[in-house]
Amino acid sequence: MNTLTILRKELNSYFRSPIAYGVMFFFAVIAGYFFYVYTVSFVQYSIQSSMTGQSAPMSVNDQMIRPLLSNLAVIGLFFIPIITMRLFAEEKRSGTFELLATSPVRDMEIILGKWLAAVVLYAAMLGISFVSMATLFAYGKPDWRPLLVGYLGLLLQGGCLLAIGTYISSCTRNQIVAAVGTFSVLLMLWVIDWVGSFQDTPLAKATAYLSVTQHFDSFSKGVLDAKDVLYYASMIFIGLFLTARSLESLRWRA
Amino acid sequence: MITVEGLTKRYANHVAVDNISFSVERGQIVGFLGPNGAGKTTTMRVLTCFLPPTSGTARVAEFDVLEQPMEVKKRIGYLPESPPLYPEMEVVEYLEYVGRLKGVPKESLARRVDEAAEKCSVGDVKSKLISKLSKGYRQRVGLAQAIIHNPDVLILDEPTSGLDPQQIIETRDLIKGLAGDHTIILSTHILPEVEQLCERVIIIAKGKLVATDTVQNLTSRLRGAETVAIEITGRNGAGLSTPDVLERLERVAGVSRVLERDSRDGGLTLMVESEQGQHIRPELARAVVEAGWNLNELHAVGLSLEEIFLELTGAPKADVAAPHATTVGGFAGGNQ
Repeated sequence: MNTLTILRKELNSYFRSPIAYGVMFFFAVIAGYFFYVYTVSFVQYSIQSSMTGQSAPMSVNDQMIRPLLSNLAVIGLFFIPIITMRLFAEEKRSGTFELLATSPVRDMEIILGKWLAAVVLYAAMLGISFVSMATLFAYGKPDWRPLLVGYLGLLLQGGCLLAIGTYISSCTRNQIVAAVGTFSVLLMLWVIDWVGSFQDTPLAKATAYLSVTQHFDSFSKGVLDAKDVLYYASMIFIGLFLTARSLESLRWRA
Repeated sequence: MITVEGLTKRYANHVAVDNISFSVERGQIVGFLGPNGAGKTTTMRVLTCFLPPTSGTARVAEFDVLEQPMEVKKRIGYLPESPPLYPEMEVVEYLEYVGRLKGVPKESLARRVDEAAEKCSVGDVKSKLISKLSKGYRQRVGLAQAIIHNPDVLILDEPTSGLDPQQIIETRDLIKGLAGDHTIILSTHILPEVEQLCERVIIIAKGKLVATDTVQNLTSRLRGAETVAIEITGRNGAGLSTPDVLERLERVAGVSRVLERDSRDGGLTLMVESEQGQHIRPELARAVVEAGWNLNELHAVGLSLEEIFLELTGAPKADVAAPHATTVGGFAGGNQ
């Protein structure tokens, strides 16, 4: 109930500020550009293969949807800090956090409300890219199941990164610091597996497990793997749990 | 309604509130008086469950702030020093949001919003964005927010700080109007404000409780009766008979008491206390001269509010530039 109240208020705040529109607009532009590039190359490739007579296997799912989904996952990385930066930092700076903290509302309700609002905005942003994906169905017959799994993966990955962003926002009263901090952490989580990508050591395995994009691979292939779902779910839990700790420590130190 | 016992709040490197105890009864307006950094805000933050106490207990309506914070929070309306407003929201929206947070039931939400808005006279800006409101209006929206769930206890942290004189008067009237329904604790560093609004005063300085008293007692102690010191000698070195002098001066209109302080070399130093609110210096001077004595010295020793305050709170007197010159804005050197 309280979570819903806060969720509604946060969504309202997103759409009253330029943040929601800015994020959605630029995401649409970039996602649209990628879609265009892949469409053009796919079309050219199919013309080439028909001209040379070598009928290489062509698949919209493998050659367009899968790389596009992976691209969206990476583009999301850049937008997530913008979405989460204000969640707590703004309330702490303007003093409205004192209102929340002295209202009969549990910390977890506040955190869930804010995080869910961020997830909804992120989902709305992804929804725009879904429009271009839908045009594929108008001109071809791609399998829709991998696409759905892919979007579920995007949402899970987003939820996990948003939880991390929420935590970082609760650590500072400066939105810019929150955004830069979140971006750095997300970038690190993206590239952390590179260090061991050519080795087969325990370190390589550990870093590969930590990497958020590694876990997205199976989703982009249309495979729903419990291991990856568990990874994202536990990352979401850790992020929100850390946020709760951070709010609590705020009171003991403040 | 509010019981605080042995409350201490320690930060990493200093003690903000040091072993404070007081209690407030239902329906009272209590002023929390002290210079900046005295620990007023910290105490209020403990009462509102924003900060946990280091030691000691604080109870609101019999609920402990540490053990049952939810129950305490339901019963408290809190206006922090800067009103906690969301500039992107309309006034009505904001009040509805706070109402929901504070647990106002859905059916009565609209009515509560109307009532709070009306009480705090923000009805005419209801559909305006908060970012477009003037400072005075923002303060009133902040107050409306605090009373939205009709709490038993209102805690107001410097409700008039940063307002212009007209707005200060309006805000004070507003608080007075709220007095009947709520137990109110308000903090301030402006002395006249306490006199106007509060029944009881709690004075704290450097985290310690300095005095707690009713306003009547404190004001009479502070400024009610004027005390005048006079030194007189007999004309042409003639001696003075002390009983004569005492008897003559006690007859002066408005004098309640005359005390002998010192007598030497034929001179007599006396302390003359006036009745409540009487200015006795002109009459006193005339009486002395008419009796044929020399008036060597006459000055008021009644302390100004600021001096007494500083005396109670232990600040050095030298900081006060002009002891009698301040009444409106607060005491010298006290503002941020």
